[in-house]
Amino acid sequence: MAEVEETLKRIQTHKGVIGTIVVNAEGIPIRTTLDNSTTVQYAGLLHQLTMKARSTVRDLDPQNDLTFLRIRPKKHEIMVAPDKEYLLIVIQNPSE
Amino acid sequence: MEIVHVYTKKRNEFGRQCNFSDRPAELHVDILPDPSLASNFIERDPCDIPIQCTQEMSEHEVNTERFESDTRGINHVEGGWPKDVNPQEMEQTIRFRKKVEKDEHYFSTIMQLGSNMEHCIKQNNAINIYQEYFEEEEVVEESEEQPSAKTINVFRDPNEIKRTATCLSWHPDGSCKLAVAYSSLGFQNISPDMSYDSYIWDIENPNKPEMTLKPVSLLVCLEYNPKDSHILVGGSYNGQIAYWDTRKGSQPVEMSTIEHSHRDPVYKVIWLQSKTGTDTFSASTDGQVLWWDIRKMSEPTERLVLDPNKKGNLDNALGAISLELDYHFVPTKFMVGTEQGLVVSCNRKAKTPAEKIVCTYSGHHGPIYALQRNPFFPKNFLTVADWTARIWSEDIKESSIMWTKYHMAYLSDGCWSPVRPSVFFTVKMDGTLDVWDFLFKQNDPTLSLKVCDEALYSLRVQDNGRFLACGSQLGTATLLEISPGLCTLQRNEKALATAMFERETKREKILEARHREMRLKERSRSEQSKDEDTKEGDGEESVEELATRTEAEFYEIVEAELKKRAKEQEKKVRRD
Repeated sequence: MAEVEETLKRIQTHKGVIGTIVVNAEGIPIRTTLDNSTTVQYAGLLHQLTMKARSTVRDLDPQNDLTFLRIRPKKHEIMVAPDKEYLLIVIQNPSE
Repeated sequence: MEIVHVYTKKRNEFGRQCNFSDRPAELHVDILPDPSLASNFIERDPCDIPIQCTQEMSEHEVNTERFESDTRGINHVEGGWPKDVNPQEMEQTIRFRKKVEKDEHYFSTIMQLGSNMEHCIKQNNAINIYQEYFEEEEVVEESEEQPSAKTINVFRDPNEIKRTATCLSWHPDGSCKLAVAYSSLGFQNISPDMSYDSYIWDIENPNKPEMTLKPVSLLVCLEYNPKDSHILVGGSYNGQIAYWDTRKGSQPVEMSTIEHSHRDPVYKVIWLQSKTGTDTFSASTDGQVLWWDIRKMSEPTERLVLDPNKKGNLDNALGAISLELDYHFVPTKFMVGTEQGLVVSCNRKAKTPAEKIVCTYSGHHGPIYALQRNPFFPKNFLTVADWTARIWSEDIKESSIMWTKYHMAYLSDGCWSPVRPSVFFTVKMDGTLDVWDFLFKQNDPTLSLKVCDEALYSLRVQDNGRFLACGSQLGTATLLEISPGLCTLQRNEKALATAMFERETKREKILEARHREMRLKERSRSEQSKDEDTKEGDGEESVEELATRTEAEFYEIVEAELKKRAKEQEKKVRRD
């Protein structure tokens, strides 16, 4: 339990990290460092995107699976680590 | 052969119920086979009869009702909460969350995902993987492709009686529309059924014009207002100017009055750059250049008569066929191309009408159909007339600095490319479009393309230099796209073009100076030799004097010849 906390805190304190969100399979944010509305938006949208990405990867090669998803918009980078039940989302500002 | 059985029935027996009776069969008609008829037929042996032993099927088509589908996104607000948890209640949500966090599975998942994530975060922090490396070395692609042009769309005159597409104008923003003016320039060639309409075409739709403009008489020229893309001004065959607002419909918003308009067809109309954006000026073969403010079309704001003697005499005036105004260069100087082959350069802001005409350039043998300054080098301009196209420099008035060879067909229109300083386009009466690149080849066009079988009358390049439209005698406007090599600025092009123009200008200057010297020498020599004769004082002779002198010279020559012959005769006689 404490390790989970520690891990999340460590992630949050890395350079450039703006926010961390843990979402479950139904799209409910379990743990977040951002405000509620933003969290819900990220959670909903990224969940769909991750599902789509995963199904694409599996369609191309059924043995394959999605391990990590990185989206690089102009402003920040969104990193999604998917799992069967949960989703870990981190928003980072890559240092130039 | 009809077999008819006739029976009669009494009138009062009609409608009576039928009384059927039975009786044995009676033979009414018996047609026996007649072997003599067999001679009319030929027996066919063998007979081919196809038989198929399959199921008989029939084909039907069915079209289901069109199912309309639409893609929409949904904004996820808040959801996924199980039924017993009310998302609005803070306590319940917190309690739910805490429950989830205690889950064993959650624990292991987070640890694993966390390590993955950390790896990536550290990666990001270490190096920017999307940085632009090798930015300075731009790969210069020198595409060695053949210059080419391809037809994209053809817009045909929808009327039965075809008219010539005499003028084209691109829409000022985005160039997705093309306005085409149709008229018939042949003398008295207008039939009463000819429609007067001109059209605005949308480039994507060649089947039907987007909008029709209905003038009072055929439009010879048409121009979009570069400031306001809804306004067009047109000059018509009967000399009137009209302007349209595309928002207001097909009829002209206002027309100039006949008394104050031109007396001949208006060949060119150009918008001026003014604060109000409503000034235009027009030129016509009656020798006048008129300035108009479209808000008040009842009479022109200014008038200029193209009299080469600068006296404002309309009878002497040169008929104007083309106009040129480059507002980026000097907005008050403009040039007029005339029917007589002269280019007249004028200054609008001159005080007296005499000073308005600054100078003339001669060198062409026929009417100057196109006149345009080079957008990159405003001191040089292109004229298209008779069988050649010539490039002039403003400073040299006696002849052009560069010219093309004499072609087989008359050149009818031309213009510079707006993106490349050394490229220009011309169209000919045999239906070909020529693309000239003077830096590449000067004797022949770089690309010569036969657009259609009939003569091409007008040409207009779009502002991006990529598309051009040409109009033909039967009213078809063809939209062509030229290859990127001809519309992208090459590396040293501007410098090379500058050098070339300067070189040619210098050469012409030297030639002009030489000619002047020679002429002066001639004049001084003739002055010295014929000082006793009062005829050649300044080298100007009237026609009669010239005639008498020639006559006298002729008789002298004849007499000398006669004397020579007489002498020879004498010699012969003496010898014998």
